[in-house]
Amino acid sequence: MSNEIETIKDPGLPAHVHRRTDTDPKAAQRAERQVAILFLLSALGTVLLIGSYIFIPQDIFIFFPVLGNTNAHQLFLGLGMAFSLFFIGMGAIHWAKTLMPDEEVVIQRHEFRSPDEDRADFVKAAKDGAAAAGLGRRSLIKRTLGLALGLAGLSPIILLRDLGPLPGDELSKTSWKAGTRLVTDPGDRPIRAEDLEVGAVAQTLPELAAGGHRTLADIGKDAVLLIRLRPEEFNLDAERLSWTHEGIIAFSKICSHMGCAVALYEQQTKHLLCPCHQSTFDVTRAAKVIFGPAARPLPQLAITVDSEGYLVAQNPFNEPVGPSFWERSS
Amino acid sequence: MENNLKRLSRFRRHRAVAPLLLVLALLSIGTTFSVAGAATSTPLSAAEKSALIDEGKQLFLKGCSSCHGLNAEGGAVAPSLIGVGAASVDFQVATGRMPMADMSVQAMRKKPVYNEKQVEALAAYVASLAPGPEVPGESQLNYERDGSAAEGGELFRTNCAMCHNFAAQGGALTQGKYAPTLMGVEPRHIYEAMITGPQSMPVFSDKTITPEEKLSIIKWIKAAESEPQLGGAALGRVGPVTEGLLVWTLGLGLLVGVAVWLAMKAR
Repeated sequence: MSNEIETIKDPGLPAHVHRRTDTDPKAAQRAERQVAILFLLSALGTVLLIGSYIFIPQDIFIFFPVLGNTNAHQLFLGLGMAFSLFFIGMGAIHWAKTLMPDEEVVIQRHEFRSPDEDRADFVKAAKDGAAAAGLGRRSLIKRTLGLALGLAGLSPIILLRDLGPLPGDELSKTSWKAGTRLVTDPGDRPIRAEDLEVGAVAQTLPELAAGGHRTLADIGKDAVLLIRLRPEEFNLDAERLSWTHEGIIAFSKICSHMGCAVALYEQQTKHLLCPCHQSTFDVTRAAKVIFGPAARPLPQLAITVDSEGYLVAQNPFNEPVGPSFWERSS
Repeated sequence: MENNLKRLSRFRRHRAVAPLLLVLALLSIGTTFSVAGAATSTPLSAAEKSALIDEGKQLFLKGCSSCHGLNAEGGAVAPSLIGVGAASVDFQVATGRMPMADMSVQAMRKKPVYNEKQVEALAAYVASLAPGPEVPGESQLNYERDGSAAEGGELFRTNCAMCHNFAAQGGALTQGKYAPTLMGVEPRHIYEAMITGPQSMPVFSDKTITPEEKLSIIKWIKAAESEPQLGGAALGRVGPVTEGLLVWTLGLGLLVGVAVWLAMKAR
């Protein structure tokens, strides 16, 4: 056995295999019929599309397995259009694959660079053109064109302005102030402590000053969930306990992880669950995180009652609500 | 006789026949309802009531006391029923949640074990232990008349949608518990759930969500129930999860199939 390594020979191109439609006229006829059938199906699809647009009223519902009760007008419009377009494409592809010329053509690769004389010709043609247009002579046109193009190119920069203005301390503030009443959302009715049974919850917002209005951005920061427990169920330090009122505790509804509305309150376990990433907060321990990605408890709003017996905020939130942001201190 | 019938049958395709029949049908339904309603709303005499409570107590001792205690005082595995009220019993028993089939994390809706009369007796017994929310009457539940679907939708999105899904299809809670779908639930039971807060669900007080607002919520749920599926298959109405799954598996699978066929050489 020789140790010499044999060079791999060029295997060349494989022999061209002819299709059955190229050799058998019967097969070719069959393929022709198949293509024609596909095109006819497409035509029928278009007829269905036009027919259902004209003849099927828009308020008829038919039962269709899997889909359930479906609007017949929409259903047949869609089916018609799908048939019409899909079978044109399928027919064309089948035609190309079975009947159109099947020849193999070899194109040798060559260098991508153009020959030197072509390149020289191109440069000469460009220069001649520029000279004929008089760009060199008419400097007024050249400069104003430069100005126009340059300014047009610069203009997208002003769109960057829409990235601002900076929020300032907007993220740290909510509309809650000392003495702001908690009102139902929706409904805007103030709530008395005795309105809530043990085990009850209420979705609340700060009461609006007369003539004021709420933006969605306000609601996104101000939403508060009221929960009433038995006072003995709390496991809070003295300060946090003083923020509750007769078993009623108030938390920001905005998750400290990503800002979803945390309001899935499980009455039996006293857990609050965030639907987005399953952060779970223990209401009895000042919304301590007991599961999930949230890094901080939900901010607790200190509440009490005013002289008329309505629930009010004792103080604003003592920390920014919602998810972390760059300038947040903790 | 035969002639009369023939004469009558000549009018059966008359333009006025369909509306007339409709009016007749509506009238007969209306009168049946008022007759039936009158029959059920007669107040019970004191003797009937105490008989009902006795019957309920017997049912309770047989079917419920092993978990809830001989005096409904609760036990290691079941809560006290003192003060939960008739509404709570009606919700739990008439939807089949109680008695539980097994000690899993959540009692699920199933075919009720007790019939209507027995549920009423059980409810009367539990209500006799201590005052609690009462079963709402027919007249309190006229959501078609007293509710507004638009307002109900707004209330639902703020108060219910986080657990029960924005289309009331239900959703997951922690550790295998779940908020059930609200499709096909009796208006009475939806109302009772809001005032009693069964299982994981909190109570929605009449002062924070007024009885009229509760009816609006029910009206919205009923509207969602009969909502036609204009977008084709609703896929459980749970939003992007099933829609994405279907598009990524069926849709992409179809595209891959077409691509393979496109590139296949004809023989």
